[in-house]
Amino acid sequence: MTTLLNVKDLRAYYGQVQALHGLSFSLNEGSLVTLLGANGAGKTTTLRAICNMVRSTGAIEFEGKPLNNRSTESIVRFGIAHVPQGRGTFTTMTVEENLQLGAITRKDSAGIVSDIERMYAHFPVLKQRHTQVAGTLSGGEQQMLAVARALMLRPRLMLLDEPSFGLAPLVVRDLFGILGKINREDKVSILVVEQNAQLALELADQAYVIETGRIVMSGKAKDIANNEEIRKSYLGY
Amino acid sequence: MELFTNQVLAGIATGAIYACMALAVVMIYQAIDHLNFAQGEMAMFSTFISWQLMQWGVPYWGAFVLTLAFAFAGGIVIERVLFKPLAKAPILTNVAGFIALFAIINSSAGLIWDFTIKQYPTPFGSAPFLGSQLISTHQAGMIGVTLVLLLALYFFFQYTRIGLAMRAAASLPESARLVGINTSWMIALGWGMASAIGAIAGMLIAPVVFLEPNMMVGVLLYGFAAAVLGGLTSPLGAVVGGFLMGIFENLVGTYIPGVGNELKLPIALALIISVLVVKPAGLFGRHIVKRV
Repeated sequence: MTTLLNVKDLRAYYGQVQALHGLSFSLNEGSLVTLLGANGAGKTTTLRAICNMVRSTGAIEFEGKPLNNRSTESIVRFGIAHVPQGRGTFTTMTVEENLQLGAITRKDSAGIVSDIERMYAHFPVLKQRHTQVAGTLSGGEQQMLAVARALMLRPRLMLLDEPSFGLAPLVVRDLFGILGKINREDKVSILVVEQNAQLALELADQAYVIETGRIVMSGKAKDIANNEEIRKSYLGY
Repeated sequence: MELFTNQVLAGIATGAIYACMALAVVMIYQAIDHLNFAQGEMAMFSTFISWQLMQWGVPYWGAFVLTLAFAFAGGIVIERVLFKPLAKAPILTNVAGFIALFAIINSSAGLIWDFTIKQYPTPFGSAPFLGSQLISTHQAGMIGVTLVLLLALYFFFQYTRIGLAMRAAASLPESARLVGINTSWMIALGWGMASAIGAIAGMLIAPVVFLEPNMMVGVLLYGFAAAVLGGLTSPLGAVVGGFLMGIFENLVGTYIPGVGNELKLPIALALIISVLVVKPAGLFGRHIVKRV
């Protein structure tokens, strides 16, 4: 298995405040990796650093190519789709326009049309609402839309920032089911940040636990889920 | 009744110009959250360029197209040189930038072409339109050109991918970058388009107000009033506001004794204040209901 994303000694700063203190991890092609940790541990910052949305030092390599010092919009063109915290939905535009925007860097208009249909097959509720303004969708529907928008890029790697946030448990189950399916069937590698550790560990192959900007634990998701000590001290369930 | 119809139609004609200026203001406001006080001066300078081209023998429509290209490029250059570096600066710094731009363009035009009033040609003539005494061919031309422009802009923003990208960049810059849109260039493009729209307004109104460096000051005030009336967040509102302003201006000037031409501008300002007090979002300002 080849390494798709390799992060070495990542340090990130908000003004004078250092949020990440030398974080290293990697993600294999085709795998589903989760970053776990409490509030303020640096999970979101890690994703933002990968897309150069926060000042950082250290090495970030995608397929061996450095991503540092590239603009956010050019990193997207490597095939990295980022669903940010709060979902980043274009709330004043329609569902279909949101999907179009996900594919805005692509040139193959026929492929875009067929991909929109594919998304409607994945998420039938979006088809029902395709002319509706996205801001009027429910939280769960908006999260579906955010995932669909990211997939419209035909990404190699999808970064998801707390997809379960604010959603009802049943909706979260649904969503995670779909993420697993996307990972297996569409061969999209996924890096997901979660506070809902239990669910994320069920879904992921590999897991990293972050505390105050450092990786304190890593391993197969299964092993971490089965290790009671880790669960109690870091994951709180 | 004929006086009333006449005033309404004339109001729609000047309203078309206010609509263009309001639209230009709103486009830049949407992109960078600031009001461009120099919008009128940019339009005035472009109009001088077209006049100069015609002085050199270029035919009207040739000069028109060349001027649009000049205004578009000029708008982009102004954004790149002056306002891109100010993107993260405080609001007052930006206001100072706009005032500086206003003064620089106004004085440069005066320096190059002096402050004397010049005749400006109209390609439509000024005969009665379709034999009717209600409206002149130039006024009809103003309305016609504006409607074509508005329709073209509507299709551009609604049905082209670059229009979609520009809307996305204006509404949520961070999300737009995350789908791969170069938001910085979208803002520059918005400036170019706003500048070109202003140039059209300038060239259409110049035969009426005559060409001189201060020709757009009053027009821009009405444009601002129109934008505030329609709602600064709504391009459609700006256009509707522009037409309403034109009609309102003419009717007030005609029917309210003592207003006449001198008091028209204070009335525009009074309208801005009233709208801000009574309905700050304007007629079409955005109030989309959001589920949390």
